[in-house]
Amino acid sequence: MIYLDNSATTRCSEEVTALVCDCMRTDFGNPSSMHHMGVVAEGLVRTAAEQIARTLGCKRQEILFTSGGTESDNLAIKGAAHACARRGRHLITTKIEHPAVLRTMQSLEAEGFEVTYLPVDSEGLVQPEALAAALRKDTILVSVMTVNNEIGTVEPIAELAALTHERCPEALFHTDAVQGYSKIPLQPKKQGIDLLAVSGHKLRGPKGIGFLYIRDGVRLIPEIDGGGQQNGLRSGTHNVPGIAGMGLAAEMACRDLTEDAARLYALRQHFVKQITETLTDIRINGPAYLGETNRPERVAPHIVSLSVPGVRAEVLLHALEDKEIYVSAGSACASNAPHVSGTLSAIGLPEALLESTIRISLSVTTTREELDAAAAALAQIVPMLRRFTRR
Amino acid sequence: MDYQAFLIKYAEIAVKGKNRSAFEDTLVRRIEEALTPCAGEFRVRRVTGRIYVEAQHYDFDETIQALQHVFGINGICPAVCIPRIMPADGHGKGKLPTPEALSAAVVDFLKSVYPRETADTTGEKTSFKIQVRRVDKTYPMDSMELGAEIGAAVLDACPGLCVDVHAPDILFHVELREQVNLFSQVIEGPGGMPLGTGGRAMLLLSGGIDSPVAGYMVARRGVILDAVYFNAPPYTSERALQKVVDLAAILAKYTGPIRLHIINFTAIQMYIYEKCPHDELTIIMRRYMMRIAERLGIEAGAMGLVTGESIGQVASQTMESLLCTDEVVETMPVYRPLIAFDKQDIIDRSEAIGAYDTSILPYEDCCTIFVARHPVTKPRREIIRRHERLLSGEIDNLVQQALDTDEVREITGVY
Repeated sequence: MIYLDNSATTRCSEEVTALVCDCMRTDFGNPSSMHHMGVVAEGLVRTAAEQIARTLGCKRQEILFTSGGTESDNLAIKGAAHACARRGRHLITTKIEHPAVLRTMQSLEAEGFEVTYLPVDSEGLVQPEALAAALRKDTILVSVMTVNNEIGTVEPIAELAALTHERCPEALFHTDAVQGYSKIPLQPKKQGIDLLAVSGHKLRGPKGIGFLYIRDGVRLIPEIDGGGQQNGLRSGTHNVPGIAGMGLAAEMACRDLTEDAARLYALRQHFVKQITETLTDIRINGPAYLGETNRPERVAPHIVSLSVPGVRAEVLLHALEDKEIYVSAGSACASNAPHVSGTLSAIGLPEALLESTIRISLSVTTTREELDAAAAALAQIVPMLRRFTRR
Repeated sequence: MDYQAFLIKYAEIAVKGKNRSAFEDTLVRRIEEALTPCAGEFRVRRVTGRIYVEAQHYDFDETIQALQHVFGINGICPAVCIPRIMPADGHGKGKLPTPEALSAAVVDFLKSVYPRETADTTGEKTSFKIQVRRVDKTYPMDSMELGAEIGAAVLDACPGLCVDVHAPDILFHVELREQVNLFSQVIEGPGGMPLGTGGRAMLLLSGGIDSPVAGYMVARRGVILDAVYFNAPPYTSERALQKVVDLAAILAKYTGPIRLHIINFTAIQMYIYEKCPHDELTIIMRRYMMRIAERLGIEAGAMGLVTGESIGQVASQTMESLLCTDEVVETMPVYRPLIAFDKQDIIDRSEAIGAYDTSILPYEDCCTIFVARHPVTKPRREIIRRHERLLSGEIDNLVQQALDTDEVREITGVY
């Protein structure tokens, strides 16, 4: 099996799996219990918060555990909007956000908030000038993703956050870092990020767990009421196995971030070079990797978006699956439910390619041999599928 | 209300002459099977032209739902039964309750089932009629007299009710038979004939809206179904197959376990694509689907094929196209129960049997990638036959291969 769909989810590392099992078998206490079992569980939660805080250069009290990226985004955006509604009712985001952000914005619009959706250029980059033009006196929150999940664009978060704070000192800056955390360096304090959402299962941790970084001093209105856990901001018994697992996964994923990223960039480059050499008439979407330059990379090390004109993504995906190679379609497509990816349209991809785009996503465990095999499979399958196209 | 039994009404099988008892036995068996997974104790009894389901410790909704899946049942009447009072020595057939006792039982029943209507004196009154059926003619009062007696007692006891003998809101039945049956409600059953009284057919099941409805309609005539699905990986996905399995499971709630054949059709499709004119692809493809279904049908002992086709719905279902696809099946009829239905009628039926929400899930059912942008709508048989000859080199092997790699799954109903 060659698993190249790591932006969908990843396999848990052995260490994380073992820790999660221990938390379920042995240290299964409730952190809110007063007895020893509760104290042990509380310790596990604290350790995880510290592990994560170290990766972000923040305090452990600034980490809030949630059920995943979607909940983190919801809490950050709605929680901030509701907390700041008296000061203003304008929010800014981009056209290429994940539905966890886009749909949350839409639901705020239904409540009477106003949302500006920033366009992106052909590489998926948000232009600071566009943000500058959109910022208003009543802007309360700006939300821009760290790394785009479909084409891997790395947004200029620090620059956008600085601009936000300069023009609107009271506005908050949120980033959906689900695809960016542990792939590119993130230091919220230095980058001016107030809220940062992460999901556990994208970094070789368990599913059903995530966290939200909330800068000290930022006030949110909770979305979930109940027993008052996590300072009343997110009630509900702590998911101790998930929290402990994610803490360890975060520590492991960020430990050698620079070296890992460098290796992944090299693998990505190698793969892109191979397929562009063997396949005719294809297109790699998103910014190009520029290599050893001094400017920060504009593309994530682990995502390749590939358009193959004349071949439907779904068919290509299943044909690869037949060889036990797993990738994902750029956008779900079926004749009776045309759904078109927002990101691919926003970067101006020609309509014919919208349903001909697949995403290949790497993990630190991905090897050169696996990518070679995937490239070889593509070289074999694509010409075959191109013979059978709709006429 | 604590009903002790459900009276089962079955119109059609009552007119089957000498076969009647065989039909009734089958219906009893099907009812027993349908109630097996339900909580409670049930005894299904056949007494002179009546089927009783005696029930204890059951869940009303679950039981009704199970009975509503049994073909052959026209109506389900939740009933209160009053047994005869046996003399001390236990001899004779015992005595039916007195008119006073009956009146009291009817009043109890009405107050319990229609608490609001019987008590309400402020709003408009609810009308009722007592319909007495005296099968046991030895009862001292005749039907009319007894009806009047009970009616008067009801009027006394229930200020919210009034009599209307022509169009009553509540038609209350009192049956004097081997026991007394009281019931006021007839819950609709699916109708049709008990499964297994009609033979076996092979259904061409796609992931769409039509074919499950077609299968349902034929099964409702007592026919046991096998089904075949044409799978086209990698052009169709695993989820599309799962959707067909789910649809078969919805059908199987009514039809009992369905033997589902999964035929890998990709190679045949590709071969037709390469050899034949593109605008005839769908027609020729369907001819091969029919042929394969027929081969499977013969093996399964089926007496017909069933499709969800409807005249003019798509290019491959014009009358010209149907002529072309029909002619390849030589040994059995092709039944098309939806042939003259409008799409909306089919959708309504699909919703009624609970298949619609599954049918519209957005997975490719049959490789639309191959469908020509402008398929022929008036194909001619001579031409199609001639073009099919272009396939003669390899097609028989491909069909045989498809049959050899047939994957069979036994699909049982999910409740």
